[in-house]
Amino acid sequence: MRAFGAVLLRDLRLSMRRKGDVLNTLAFFIMVTSMFPLGVGADSQLLRTIAPGILWVAALLAAMLSFPRLFDSDFADGTLEQIALSGESLSILVLAKVTAHWITSGLTLALLAPLMGIQFGLEGNLLAVLCASLLLGSPVLSLIGAVAASLTLGVRGAGVLSALIVLPLFVPVLIFGAGAVTAADSGLGGDSHLLLLGAMLLVSVPLAPLATAAALRIALEHA
Amino acid sequence: MLGNPKNSSDMAPGSPSRWHFFWFSSPKTFYPLAGKLIPFFAALSAVLCAIGLYISFFVAPTDAQQGDAYRIIFIHVPAAWMSMFLYVVMACWAALGLVLNTRMSAMMASAIAPTGALFTFIALWTGALWGKPTWGAWWVWDARLTSELILLFLYFGFMALEGAIDDARRADKACAILAIVGVVNVPVIYFSVKWWNTLHQGASISMKAAPSMAATMLVGMLIMALAFWMYSIAVILSRVRCIILTREWRNDWVAELLGAKR
Repeated sequence: MRAFGAVLLRDLRLSMRRKGDVLNTLAFFIMVTSMFPLGVGADSQLLRTIAPGILWVAALLAAMLSFPRLFDSDFADGTLEQIALSGESLSILVLAKVTAHWITSGLTLALLAPLMGIQFGLEGNLLAVLCASLLLGSPVLSLIGAVAASLTLGVRGAGVLSALIVLPLFVPVLIFGAGAVTAADSGLGGDSHLLLLGAMLLVSVPLAPLATAAALRIALEHA
Repeated sequence: MLGNPKNSSDMAPGSPSRWHFFWFSSPKTFYPLAGKLIPFFAALSAVLCAIGLYISFFVAPTDAQQGDAYRIIFIHVPAAWMSMFLYVVMACWAALGLVLNTRMSAMMASAIAPTGALFTFIALWTGALWGKPTWGAWWVWDARLTSELILLFLYFGFMALEGAIDDARRADKACAILAIVGVVNVPVIYFSVKWWNTLHQGASISMKAAPSMAATMLVGMLIMALAFWMYSIAVILSRVRCIILTREWRNDWVAELLGAKR
């Protein structure tokens, strides 16, 4: 538990020292969501219909861009090796790193998304459902992204490759996340979608760090 | 027995002199075994395919609702079954390679991926060709089609990851983890028609009830599925032989083999 806290605080401190990384992700999210109305035209009914999908895809892409931040710099300077050799459970430490990463990317995106939703004409309760879906779904994205980032650590062309690996695994999260808002809009209620997102979160919290830890050991062994 | 060495030159160096469970886990011993098995499976596949196609075109009756357009089912369904089955088999070989640290298992997983991707593509493509005259659309974003498309992307991801990592053993292990993580998609595809309201037809064949299709259609489909399975085995064994030669080229037995051919 202390090791978890130590790694979490370390990663948060490091992110605060390089605020650029965090803010760039947010800026990307804001810019991408602003581009869609410019691309599809200003028809407010159309924008309102496609808003959940656009916001979710933009959050997904912004998350994807931030995955290299998880392990690359630690791998490059040898800290990752020390973390793996520390004798603590690597899965717990990975979970700490992913939590720190989520706090600085997914959480901020989830809190910013309702603001972007207003741009698209979404109303009060839909904005709440959107925020809830992103709060539940973005940790899942971070966890799955950690698996992909660890598999492609130090590999040539890792950025695009990890995107290629991770997108099929993201699709269920995207479908239920955006679907929650659409369902709430149509009167069916977003509850079932949000519950399924919660289930995905509960499944990925124990399992994704295991896969990530295994992939990290493989990367370190063959580095 | 097949694996019993007749003289000491048949034995892999350093191995016990009688057959044991891991006898064929060495590329050196598996290579000739695969070579002997391929013609058998290829011939079986050709025969079954001929029978299956004959049934599909000339024996199976015309469908009451879809006319003759339904006959693509004899390619579409077996291909879809193979796409899911091969992914699970690939994940099993990959898991075996991770657990037992045998590179032969990982080579088998790598050999399966292109064939699995091909069958996924065939399933999607024949599905589109079938959907246009019957549903009126080449593609709909319903649960089963979407999850089968995700399966195709998972195969691509597996092949891309393998191609990007230079160190062969690291590639084996990383792809194994990816395959195991992705196997969760296969039950989703299988149960998608039950869990969601989809345009795609529900399950006509189940373990619990009599199939809801005509007997000749069912038999034709099963024969084609078996034909595709035999084809997959033959092709995968040929491919794994190429992979063995590519990865084991530094060994003496490969040099002898290729030297003798020249």
